[in-house]
Amino acid sequence: MEKMQCTCGHINPPGTVLCEACGRSLTEKEQNSKLVDMRYEGTARRSQTYNKSIVDKIWNFFSSVKVGVSIIVALLVAAAIGTILPQEQYVTVPVRTDATIEAYYSDVYGSIGKVYYFLGFNDLYNSFWFIILVGMLAISLIIASLDRFVPLYRSLKNQRVLRHQSFMNKQRIYAEGPADADSMQKAEAKLKELKYKVSTDKNGLLAEKGRFSRWGPYVNHIGLIIFLFGVMLRMMPGFYVDETLWLREGETRAIPEAPGYTLENKGFEVENYTGEDGEEKFGEALDRVGTVAKNYQTDVVLYQKPEDALPGETNLEKVKEYPIRVNQPLKFDGYAVYQMDFKEDELKTMTFALTNKETEESLGNLTIDLINPEKEYTLDGGSVVKLLGYYPDFSGFEDGEPQTKTPLPNNPGFLIEMTTPETPQGETSFITIQNTVEPFGDNDYKLAFQSVETRDVSGLTIRKDRTLPILGLGGLIFMIGVAQGMYFNHRRFWIQQQADGGIILAGHTNKNWFGLKKDLDQVKEYASLPAYTDQQEEIEKLEKEEAELTP
Amino acid sequence: MSLTDISSNLLYVAFISYLIATFVFGGAVKGNKAGTFKSEKRWGTIAFAITVFGFLANLGYFFTRWGATGHAPLSNMFEFTTAFGMTLVGGFIVIYALYKTPVIGMIVLPVALLIIAFASMFPSEVSPLIPALQSNWLAIHVSTVVIAEGILAISAAAGLVFLLKEVDMTKKSKQRFWLEAIMYSLVLVIGFVVASTYFTATGYEAEFTYVDKEGVDAAITYKMPPIFGMNEYTQMTEGTLTPFVETPAVVNASKLTTVAWSLIFGTILYWIIRLIARKRIAALLKPFVKNVNLQLMDEIGYRAIIIGFPVFTLGALIFAMIWAQIAWSRFWGWDPKEVWALVTWLFYAAYLHLRLGKGWQGKKSAWLGVAGFAIIMFNLVAVNLIIAGLHSYA
Ligand code: HEM
Repeated sequence: MEKMQCTCGHINPPGTVLCEACGRSLTEKEQNSKLVDMRYEGTARRSQTYNKSIVDKIWNFFSSVKVGVSIIVALLVAAAIGTILPQEQYVTVPVRTDATIEAYYSDVYGSIGKVYYFLGFNDLYNSFWFIILVGMLAISLIIASLDRFVPLYRSLKNQRVLRHQSFMNKQRIYAEGPADADSMQKAEAKLKELKYKVSTDKNGLLAEKGRFSRWGPYVNHIGLIIFLFGVMLRMMPGFYVDETLWLREGETRAIPEAPGYTLENKGFEVENYTGEDGEEKFGEALDRVGTVAKNYQTDVVLYQKPEDALPGETNLEKVKEYPIRVNQPLKFDGYAVYQMDFKEDELKTMTFALTNKETEESLGNLTIDLINPEKEYTLDGGSVVKLLGYYPDFSGFEDGEPQTKTPLPNNPGFLIEMTTPETPQGETSFITIQNTVEPFGDNDYKLAFQSVETRDVSGLTIRKDRTLPILGLGGLIFMIGVAQGMYFNHRRFWIQQQADGGIILAGHTNKNWFGLKKDLDQVKEYASLPAYTDQQEEIEKLEKEEAELTP
Repeated sequence: MSLTDISSNLLYVAFISYLIATFVFGGAVKGNKAGTFKSEKRWGTIAFAITVFGFLANLGYFFTRWGATGHAPLSNMFEFTTAFGMTLVGGFIVIYALYKTPVIGMIVLPVALLIIAFASMFPSEVSPLIPALQSNWLAIHVSTVVIAEGILAISAAAGLVFLLKEVDMTKKSKQRFWLEAIMYSLVLVIGFVVASTYFTATGYEAEFTYVDKEGVDAAITYKMPPIFGMNEYTQMTEGTLTPFVETPAVVNASKLTTVAWSLIFGTILYWIIRLIARKRIAALLKPFVKNVNLQLMDEIGYRAIIIGFPVFTLGALIFAMIWAQIAWSRFWGWDPKEVWALVTWLFYAAYLHLRLGKGWQGKKSAWLGVAGFAIIMFNLVAVNLIIAGLHSYA
């Protein structure tokens, strides 16, 4: 394509629609239309100019608003489909494998569930095609913005006051007619009063307001790109920590992924609304729904290994005490620890009495710590109970061997050997709650259950997210951009006094024509300008009448 | 009178005011026989004054309830939906101040009435906050969302006025069908309100036990005669209706029954109106919109979205993410409620980009405005009552 010379002599870059200098229409199509297309000031956009190489074609594809809208709509539809059935992260199955999850969908939701799973919608938002769609959105944002921003910037920077008659009378708001001798001065004064920036040249003036709002879309798109970049970063190692820590009351443990830090659980509590002590107003609601939780809280102490600690040194410095509650995570050094889950009354210890089965006489008590059991318990009278095997979450026998489902003491099983002065050869027994098996025949002694101690376990989530500042910045820029583009408009008036003393006037705004007309009404009144027409309304009226005439 | 009583009385005052204002607006736009606009202006102003009075009472309801409960009244279905009715009127007041269009009031106020009536069908007693909701972000996030939705909904009202004037009701067309479908769905809301009120007033209750989708035994009380039965149900109350159909475990047959009764009542009501008027409801409203300036309606529809979109972004995405990060440790979790906020946002983003092209102003734009409102209502009603019900979190 070639550079385009206008009849006014100005040489425009290839692809220009309206002459940069005088505003005359340069293309035939533009010359024949009743109104000029002012969207990008008639400048040459790359996508409208080149279409040869593969790069051009890709550029043009992504810079098209039609394509952009299609991507947005595709994402919208995909996102909605993902809510028809629960995503797999919200599905609870006893053991998580692909097979159990698949079974869950078909068991609970029947054939719809099967199809949903088959199409991969069970994890839709992590599927590669969804991520590719988001990527295409980002590319489209970048290319579409560049394509328009650069030429728009150039032409708004170099605006001429005097425009050709054909530019003026093809604006949506147009007026021509006689005026008073001082109309130009008065119009200028009134426009300035309305906070317009006015520049004059010979017989004309250009009044402009809110030009910065034209950059709104580009600013908000930059915000979106920064946000999407931040989201991408979290896939890199080191930017993002997400760990779970189950901490029992009284326990102290290292915080996963937070080197040097240790957390102690001083106590966990669940509090429910009682309907008393100022909560009487909730009485009716509590009667209807039953219990409602009021607070989940873990009182913790955070410790840190001193900076100069030698390897292996166990000295810990106390950093702070803090009650972690929902909505009030513990924060330190970029980490946050959240109250996410809990388990009440986990078994802590069990106490047994070594008892003679016949006489019911006890030889003494032993207490087994269910997290760190000892190998051997020696009682005062010289009797010994040996722990041959410990199965914290006993789930049955396999090939004669006792099995444990998890390392948590939900259903402890003990394989023990009891030696007393009376039975020095030792007796073996397998004990679970409410059940005793004596594999080698009848024993003389047994462990009689006495009592348990329990405690609560707090489920904490440890989170560190170094992308948050980037996401926040993206969000902030986006908000600035939308506010800039939507709560402000770019309004312009071109006014020229002609040789015969008459005036021609044109007005344009990118948004809110109602506001523009309100401004113009005031100027017109004050400076006795000729009446204006909204040419678009006129055209629409004409079209409508035509349509009604032709059956 | 306790603060809670004052609060609910103020809501009544607001409701009655909106009801009166609806008729005055209707009278204003219908105009006098001579067809002069003088009376429209005068009666429009009076109706607007009544609306503002009602809105002040509505705000009074909101803040006295806040005082009574100790937290922003935005924490359950009743409170949130009522607040939406209020912000809808608030959005209208802003637009009226800018454009002086009584005809928008004639559409917005009855819709706000329906929404408040719909809200009142849910338990409205003062309820305590669960730990996740105990945060200042409840007030900040939810109030911003509900204000944004109130403004965005004005776009649908302007769109509806546009379509009522523009769509030819004498000729069969797709647009005529869909316009009447909107009217029908508004009547269905009345159907729901009538059905709920009727069965509550007569004290209907039917208890059932059933097996839920996890295979666990559960119990449920129907407040309406059971048309649909829960999975493997057993009837516990004698003398009540036996369900006609048993549904699979994933379906909440009790809610489905409520929907069915609303459909039955609503449809009967709709046909009564049609038979008396001998016209479609949309055609019935035609005379009220004859003086409407279409370009102005298009501009208002666009303007409402321009004003509402940034507010919605702030409330439904940014504030939501900040709070989610504090309460749930992640700013985004693809929870259905979050996803539907995103869907709404993407929808309005698509609208804005479509408006950049020429062909999307006027009628198409009006339809999009109405569709946006449908998405907002879907998020409010269906996601809360149906989809979220399938999830562990609610
Ligand atoms: C979720 C994604 C997006 C959001 C939230 C968004 C947001 C916006 C907003 C708020 C505007 C201003 C509209 C107005 O003032 O009426 C805008 C303008 C625009 N957007 Fe987007 N956008 C998104 C994606 C895209 C994509 C993918 C494209 C690619 C074609 C695109 C191209 C444009 C263009 C060309 C403009 C007009 C610029 C101008 O008038 O100078 N946008 N966008």
